[in-house]
Amino acid sequence: MNAEELQEIVERELARQETRRHRVAVCTAAGCLSLGSDRVKAALVRGVEEAQLADEVEVFGTGCLGLCEAGALVQVDSRQADGHVCRCLYEKVTEARAVELVRQHLAGGAPLPSGQLPLDDPFFARQHRVVLQGSGVRDPERLESCLAAGAYQSLQKALTELTPTDVIAEITASGLRGRGGGGYPTGLKWSTVHKASGPKKVVICNADEGDPGAFMDRSVLEGDPHRVLEGMAIAGYAVGAEQGFVYVRGEYPLAIDRLKVALKQAERLQLLGNRIFETGFNFRIDLRIGAGAFVCGEETALIASVEGRRGTPRPRPPYPAVSGLWGLPTLINNVETFANVAEVIRGGGAAFAAVGTERSKGTKVFALAGKIARTGLVEVPMGTTLREIVFDIGGGIPDGKAFKAAQTGGPSGGCIPAQHLDLPVDYESLVQVGSFMGSGGLIVMDETSCMVDVAAFFMEFCRDESCGKCVPCRAGTVQMHSLLQKLTHFEGSEADVAQLEELAELLKATSLCGLGQGAPNPVLSTLRYFRDEYLAHVREKRCPAGVCKGSAPAASAGAPAAEVSP
Amino acid sequence: MSDPGGSAGHPSGDKRFKMLDAALRRQQYQSDALLEILHAAQELFGFLSDDVLTYVGRGLKLPLSRVYGVATFYNLFTLEPKGAHTCTVCLGTACYVKGAGDILQGLTEAHGVKAGGTTADGQVSVVVARCVGACGAAPAVVFDHQLTGQQTRAAVLERVKAWRSAP
Repeated sequence: MNAEELQEIVERELARQETRRHRVAVCTAAGCLSLGSDRVKAALVRGVEEAQLADEVEVFGTGCLGLCEAGALVQVDSRQADGHVCRCLYEKVTEARAVELVRQHLAGGAPLPSGQLPLDDPFFARQHRVVLQGSGVRDPERLESCLAAGAYQSLQKALTELTPTDVIAEITASGLRGRGGGGYPTGLKWSTVHKASGPKKVVICNADEGDPGAFMDRSVLEGDPHRVLEGMAIAGYAVGAEQGFVYVRGEYPLAIDRLKVALKQAERLQLLGNRIFETGFNFRIDLRIGAGAFVCGEETALIASVEGRRGTPRPRPPYPAVSGLWGLPTLINNVETFANVAEVIRGGGAAFAAVGTERSKGTKVFALAGKIARTGLVEVPMGTTLREIVFDIGGGIPDGKAFKAAQTGGPSGGCIPAQHLDLPVDYESLVQVGSFMGSGGLIVMDETSCMVDVAAFFMEFCRDESCGKCVPCRAGTVQMHSLLQKLTHFEGSEADVAQLEELAELLKATSLCGLGQGAPNPVLSTLRYFRDEYLAHVREKRCPAGVCKGSAPAASAGAPAAEVSP
Repeated sequence: MSDPGGSAGHPSGDKRFKMLDAALRRQQYQSDALLEILHAAQELFGFLSDDVLTYVGRGLKLPLSRVYGVATFYNLFTLEPKGAHTCTVCLGTACYVKGAGDILQGLTEAHGVKAGGTTADGQVSVVVARCVGACGAAPAVVFDHQLTGQQTRAAVLERVKAWRSAP
C-alpha cells in the first residue's frame, strides 16, 4: 500500500457513500448492544432489503453514540436534493420501531415525528470529540469506511514526512498526558524509550480497563479499533519498536473480536506488517487477552501477565521504559492515549495544545454513570467544570433528588462533594480535592447513597483484587474492609474510625504498587467530606442515607433519606 | 515429559485434547502463551481440571506449580465445573449503586445460590463480575454470553427460573 493506493480506496469509498441517500448508523457499542441494538440493526437491514432500498440506503454498525441510557440509538444522515445532509438521532429504537423507520423515513422520506433526540441538547452540543470523532462515522468492521474517515493518514504522514524525533517533538508540544490516570507526559515517556539502548523495543497498549465504572476504553476499542492501532504504529516508529501488543481485558469479548478483525484488515492492506507505506518501517501487533485481574492495569504487573505469569507488580525502577517486557525497553500507554496520537500528528502539537487547561491539554472522555439523568460517554475539553459535566451535559440528578458526590478514579479515586462542583476537571485539581483522574469513570451519587457503604464497596474490591505480593496491601485491605464493615453494621467505635485513618496513611505510604497506594483514597476522601456520616454510624447507630441496615434498632435502620442534607 | 507438546493426544481419546493440541501448535508451544492456552482450554472444557492443567504444563514445558499458580491467580479461570447456564451479575460501581446487590440477594433468596455457586440442580451458576463496561445501561447482567442492560431483580429471577424449569 502506498499513498496513491490509499487515496484511491478513500475516493472509491466516498463515491460509494455519496450514491446513498440515507446512511443509517446503528450504535453497536456495549451499552446499546445490551439493549438489543444488534437485533435492531438486523431488522433495519432486512427492512431495507424488503423495500428494495439497498442501493439507496446503507445500514452499518458504529461506535458509541454517547447516550447509553437512551439506547438503542440509531443515527440517520439523509442527503437532501441540494446535497445538504440532514441528521436525525432516534432513541430507544426497538425492532418494531425499526420497521416503522424504514417505511416512513427511509422509504417515505419523512422523519418519524417522535422518538428523536434534539441534537442541540447540551449533551451533544457541549462535547468536543477527538477520541470519539469516529463514532457515528466509521464502521469499525469495515476498513474502507475507516480509511474514508481519515484512518492511517497520520501514520502515513509520520512515516513519509517526519523523522522519529519530529514525531516525539509534536507529541511533546501537544502536552498530551497519559490518559490511564497517572497523567505522565507522553512526549517524555516516548523520548525515554526512544533514547533507551537496545536492538529491540516493544510498544504495549494497556487495554486492561479494570476500574469499575469506566468504559471509555472499551467503547474506543469497539467503536474505532483502527484509531488505537494507528496510534501504536506511530509510537512504534517514534521509539524504534517493531513489535506491539494490545493487552485487553478478557471481560470484553466484543472488543477482542473487533480488534482481531481490525488487525487482520490492517495487515491485509499492509498498513501493519512489513515496509508500511513502502518505507523501511516494519511493525506488527499481537493481542494478549487478560483473565480478570485488576492489578494487571499496573504496568509491571501487566508485563508479567503478557509474559504468561501471575500478574504481580515489581518495584520500580527500573521503569519499563528501560527494562520492561523480556527486559526490553518498553513503551506502555493506555488506549485513550494512543487514540489521541493520530489527531496530534494530523493537526500538529500546537493545535492540540490549544484545547484544555494550562497543564492538562486536549480532551478527556468520561463515562457518566450512576444516579444521573443521562448516562453515557462524553468527551469534553480538560478544565470543564464538574457542574457542567453533571448538570448541563449529564442532565442532573433524576427523581428530584439532591446531588451528593461524584466518584472519579475508581478504587484509587475519591468522592467529590457538592461544594467542589465548580472545580475545573484536570489532573491537578482532582488530586487537590483528594480524588484522581483515573481512567475517567465518573459515577454520580445522590442522597440515597451512603458514603460509608461506598467506601466499604471499594475496599472490598481492592481486598479481592490485591495480588498479595506485598504485606501492606494484602493485610491492610483486609483490615480496612473489616473495620468498614463494622461501621456499616453499626458495630464500630470512634477508635475504629481512628484506626481506619491510620491504616489508610500506612497503605498509601508503604504499598508496592498503585493498587495498594490508591486503595485508601475512597476512605480518606469520604472521611474528609462526609465524616458526619461516619460518625452517625458510630455514635447514633444509624445510616443517614438509609442504606446500611446492620444490626441496628429497627427505628433507625430505616431512616428516611429526606433527613440528609446534600 | 519429553513428548513434544503432548501432540500424541490424551490417553482418554477425548477429541477436545486434539483441539487443545491445535491451540498449542498455534502458539508454537511458547511458555509465554500460557494465558492464551488456558483461555482456549477453558473454552473447550468449561473449566480447568487437574488433568487439563497437567496436559497444558506438559505442552508448554512448564512445571504444574506454575500452571496452577497462574490458573488460580486470575478470576476468569475456574477449577470447578460450571452449571449448564451462567448468570453473571455485574458488581461494578455503577451497577452497584443502581441495585445489583439487590439482584444478587434475590438470587440467593429465590434460588438458594450465592455468588460463585451453582444451583442444586446444576442448571445455573451465578458469577459476579467486576464491571463488564456497560455502566451506561446499569445494572447489567450477562446471561450466558448475552449482555443485557437495565435489569431488575424480578426480570433476572424470571430468567433464571425459566432456565431451571427447562427440560
